[in-house]
Amino acid sequence: MAGRVSGPPRRRLRHSPWLYVAPALILLITFTYVPVGNMLFYSFHKWDGLDVTMDPAGLDNYVRVFTDERYWRVFLISLYYFIASFAQIAIALYFAVILSFNTRFRNLFKGILFFPYLLNGVAVGFVFLYLFQPDGTLDTVLRLIGLGEHTRLWLGDPDIANLSLAGTSVWRFTGLNFVLFLGAIQSIPGEIYEAAEIDGANRWHQFRHIIAPGIRRIISLSFILAISGSLAVFEIPFIMTGGANGTRTFVVQAYETAFQFRQIGLASAMAVVLLLIVLVMTWVQRRLLPDEEVNLS
Amino acid sequence: MRHVARTAKYASLVLASVVVLVPLVVVLFASLKTREEYSTSGPLTPPRNWFNVDNFVTAWSEGHMLRGFLNTTLILVVSLVGTVAVGTLAAYAINRFRFPFKRLILGLFLVAALVPGVTTQVATYQIVKSMGLVNTPWSAVVLFMGTDIISIYIFLQFMQSIPPSLDQAAMIDGASRFTIYRKVILPLMKPAIATVVIIKGIAIYNEFYIPFLYMRSPDLNVISTALFRFKGPYGAQWETIAACTMIVIIPTVVIFLLLQRFIYNGVTAGATK
Repeated sequence: MAGRVSGPPRRRLRHSPWLYVAPALILLITFTYVPVGNMLFYSFHKWDGLDVTMDPAGLDNYVRVFTDERYWRVFLISLYYFIASFAQIAIALYFAVILSFNTRFRNLFKGILFFPYLLNGVAVGFVFLYLFQPDGTLDTVLRLIGLGEHTRLWLGDPDIANLSLAGTSVWRFTGLNFVLFLGAIQSIPGEIYEAAEIDGANRWHQFRHIIAPGIRRIISLSFILAISGSLAVFEIPFIMTGGANGTRTFVVQAYETAFQFRQIGLASAMAVVLLLIVLVMTWVQRRLLPDEEVNLS
Repeated sequence: MRHVARTAKYASLVLASVVVLVPLVVVLFASLKTREEYSTSGPLTPPRNWFNVDNFVTAWSEGHMLRGFLNTTLILVVSLVGTVAVGTLAAYAINRFRFPFKRLILGLFLVAALVPGVTTQVATYQIVKSMGLVNTPWSAVVLFMGTDIISIYIFLQFMQSIPPSLDQAAMIDGASRFTIYRKVILPLMKPAIATVVIIKGIAIYNEFYIPFLYMRSPDLNVISTALFRFKGPYGAQWETIAACTMIVIIPTVVIFLLLQRFIYNGVTAGATK
């Protein structure tokens, strides 16, 4: 373990631990810490990204993020995705529990449920654009089962567009939660179930007293990730509606502000707010769920 | 009672499978239909000719999908080699050497894992621009390498399971630090490398935001952006867009069928770290 290096100077340089860490460290600082620092700096300025000078703007950008409806509205849009992630976690949990018991074609079902998570986001966007088209798959299926009068402009109607997009997001990400829950359930030793069965516990008891405590951590983690995940939604609305019909999310808005309207300062203020929310959430998570001692060095 | 529960269980599984598969299957149907057939038949009607690949030919050539796959492959290979090299070297040094500020560096990596990349793009763009990398494949490569903290995390955790006695034995035999890294550590890291290659590989294949933002030139299209930009000119020709979408999905299906078990393990390892 000892890292004492001796020998002639050239040899020492070549074997300096810094050389091994340097590439990772330089990348880390250049592409994470410098941007975070710059972003803070930009957020107090008015800048178009090209000008050599930046005008100081004090707190103007932050005031705008919280008072201009176009900017704070995007937080409300996140609520659709956040609420959808509850459905996502519930569906994932249900299937993880039933597939952890003996089931025919278990691997086939597991594969099918998980598979959407692996798909390319643009492809998922197009698949659902096609599904939601007027007279498309969804409308046809509704007519087929006698619900023909419920067809809507799934992506064109501002009242329902966000629900359609949030539904797409559930379709795409449920598989991840499902596999994580299933993994956690399966890491519970089988003897515990056997012992419980001998003691006369039924399936509900097994769920309540063995499975639920065993996966509490991963479920809480999923909820916390759902918060930051629902604030960071980008691909699905950007590809499917381009943010039209009231579907602009936080990141879509930040993207447009920065790269189409060239308001780097304002976009940075949005990003700083988002970053703070995510950091606070992570802090809350660490407080609520003290980690099993993680020690990496 | 048991019987009812059993039926309900299988019914729910079948229903879920239908919900997952139908959106994909109808796109496959559309991709195999002719123009005229597409406009006259419903989305749930199977194609008349299952071997009609005309739309695939059009999408492949007009969408320049070959170029997209080549660009994606190039970026994928370079970024993965880079990520593995950079990550294993750093994990080796942090785990095995003692040097000043080590805890600080470790802390920097751990805190960075909390910063979602999507939030900092506004400022990252200015940095990549000042390095002159915008509109080159290197922008994607450095960003895929540079913003990947999870890999280092996985490598660090795996390093702990490699007994130090192994490298000490090699050191007594006169091997240099670098030889130990290359001959002892790297081969033992194979399972961790496989995990990183799988989760990172899938993420890069699917990445849209970074290539869309940094590589605007059509010559630099990766498969995500090639597919996205294909829709513009072919806006209403859904049978062709469907074929282009299937071209992007099929490799994922193949990889999933071949590497199922590794993918489940990799994804679990990557998400819970």
